[in-house]
Amino acid sequence: MNARNIAIAALSAVVIAALLAAPYALKSYGLYILSLWAVTTIGAIGLNLTLGYAGQISLAQGAFVGIGAYCTAILTTKYGYPLPFTYLVAFVSCFSIGWVLGYPALRVEHHYLAFVTLAFTTLVYLIFRNEEWLTGGVSGIGGIPRPVMFGYSLRAPAEFYYFCLANLAAISLAFWGLIRSPWGRAFVAVRENPVRALSLGVDTRRYTLIAFALGAGLGGISGVLLAQLVQFIDPSPFSLTASLNLLLMVVVGGSGYFFGPFVGAIVAVLLPEWLRFSGGLYLICYAILVMVLMAFCPTGLIGLAGRFLKPVSKPAPVPAREQTT
Amino acid sequence: MDTESILTLDGVYAGYGKMTILHGTNFTVPRNAITTVIGPNGAGKSTAFKTIFGMVRANAGRIAFEGADITNLPPRALIERGIVYVPQGRNIFPQLSVRHNLELGGVAAPAQLDLAGRMEQALDRFPVLRRKANQQASTLSGGEQKMLEIARSLLLEPKLMLVDEPSIGLSPLLVSELFSLLNDIKARGVTVLMIEQNAKRALESSDYGIVLELGQTRMFDRADKLLADPRVGQLFLGGTMKTTKGAA
Ligand SMILES: Nc1ncnc2c1ncn2[C@@H]1O[C@H](COP(=O)(O)OP(=O)(O)OP(=O)(O)O)[C@@H](O)[C@H]1O
Ligand SMILES: [Mg+2]
Repeated sequence: MNARNIAIAALSAVVIAALLAAPYALKSYGLYILSLWAVTTIGAIGLNLTLGYAGQISLAQGAFVGIGAYCTAILTTKYGYPLPFTYLVAFVSCFSIGWVLGYPALRVEHHYLAFVTLAFTTLVYLIFRNEEWLTGGVSGIGGIPRPVMFGYSLRAPAEFYYFCLANLAAISLAFWGLIRSPWGRAFVAVRENPVRALSLGVDTRRYTLIAFALGAGLGGISGVLLAQLVQFIDPSPFSLTASLNLLLMVVVGGSGYFFGPFVGAIVAVLLPEWLRFSGGLYLICYAILVMVLMAFCPTGLIGLAGRFLKPVSKPAPVPAREQTT
Repeated sequence: MDTESILTLDGVYAGYGKMTILHGTNFTVPRNAITTVIGPNGAGKSTAFKTIFGMVRANAGRIAFEGADITNLPPRALIERGIVYVPQGRNIFPQLSVRHNLELGGVAAPAQLDLAGRMEQALDRFPVLRRKANQQASTLSGGEQKMLEIARSLLLEPKLMLVDEPSIGLSPLLVSELFSLLNDIKARGVTVLMIEQNAKRALESSDYGIVLELGQTRMFDRADKLLADPRVGQLFLGGTMKTTKGAA
């Protein structure tokens, strides 16, 4: 137990130090990719709550990132609202839509829920593409500003990179607090066995909806940052592929593990850059990695690492659900 | 009975879909006592508990706790009022740690409650659980798992505890330990209502007994009187009925 915690703490310290030192070693493109990693991780943390902790499959996370991004693009460029305000609008919209989208989860089985969320993603994508008066259609929206804090502009790659890291740190801490609280403990109970959770006073309906809504809200925040990072938004990054990618990230990283999304996003965002020299080979490597991992270690890369570090209590893989009293 | 009652069922009808299991069930549960419900398999004992605890809908009738109507309230509301329920069979989350399992007893805790303090007390009371707090709960023995369930249900210091067949699968020694634990719990002011197949042993450690058959109350009396009653003896104690059965 202790050796394991020390190993985790040491590794975390090294990684955090490396992240903080990155601007001294990397050029602006490298920082852009690292910022993208941080932004994507936030979206994946949201999906990890829905999928990994509450056990509900969602193919809509990419759509929520898109909603957050478009909220930011439209509110800042068309109406001149300040960025903090767009955080609020994006989070509240995604939270509410996620809540409503969670209702089918109360009635249908997992694969139907995949269809419901898939239909939603398609719908949102069509709106981004076709409602030109609002979204600019395929030509998109440009000129999205980057934040200014205390009169200090965060426009430059290094400054904005630190801003993304700070966002990721704040959200990670909040998420850590949530899953450690007695309240957050119940998400896992609902996933493991809804009937037993109910008999302990967990309002399983409400928890399922909250898991959906909070996950979607974090997707929205990820979108707000993405819009500021790329500064130009069009519909293409928010197709179904984006949702599938986020889902893969969570599963490959290790769904239901706190660090799963961080690792999953490394595989999905950083690895392609490192393997750029291999050309098309990267996609083949990725596909093979996913298949091998799912066949031999459905708990993902974190689960795999945990095997070597002797986990004390491992969460079950996502679909594990018994329906006994 | 002349004692004060904590829970009353009045003409309760309930079942699954079109199948009615409780046919106008009536009974009262005396406060600060252990009351054991006995009856043949399929009599509706577990259904009665689930109905009290809001997990099966009562279609008619009234359930009152401390005089207030609690019919069809959801589990959470009942826990907030001081009722807890330990269902039949295994109720732990095997993949989660012992500590995590125990913490789940505090899901419905009011915000101002010192849960960390309660956790410490619970771990003090059940040293086995403290020793194994960080282990996966599936590594506990059957008896330890039952302890964990009971400790978890006591976390919020309930007034009434519903326990469905707690002695299933325990060795005779552990069964005695369990019943004396239930008596300790009673001594701390918790009313216990339990279902038992092990009718003789259970009645010997109880204050009152209820005989339930075909969804209706056949008898209600002091446990020693029921033990001495030849009808009960014949029905449940004399060997015409199985007194043990496998886990549900
Ligand atoms: N979830 C369910 N769905 C449909 N029928 C059920 C369900 N649970 C129990 N029943 C039926 O209801 C009847 C009463 O069951 P119940 O579990 O209340 O009996 P019991 O008195 O607790 O029996 P036992 O001593 O075997 O535990 C049985 O005929 C059973 O088949
Ligand atoms: Mg039963």
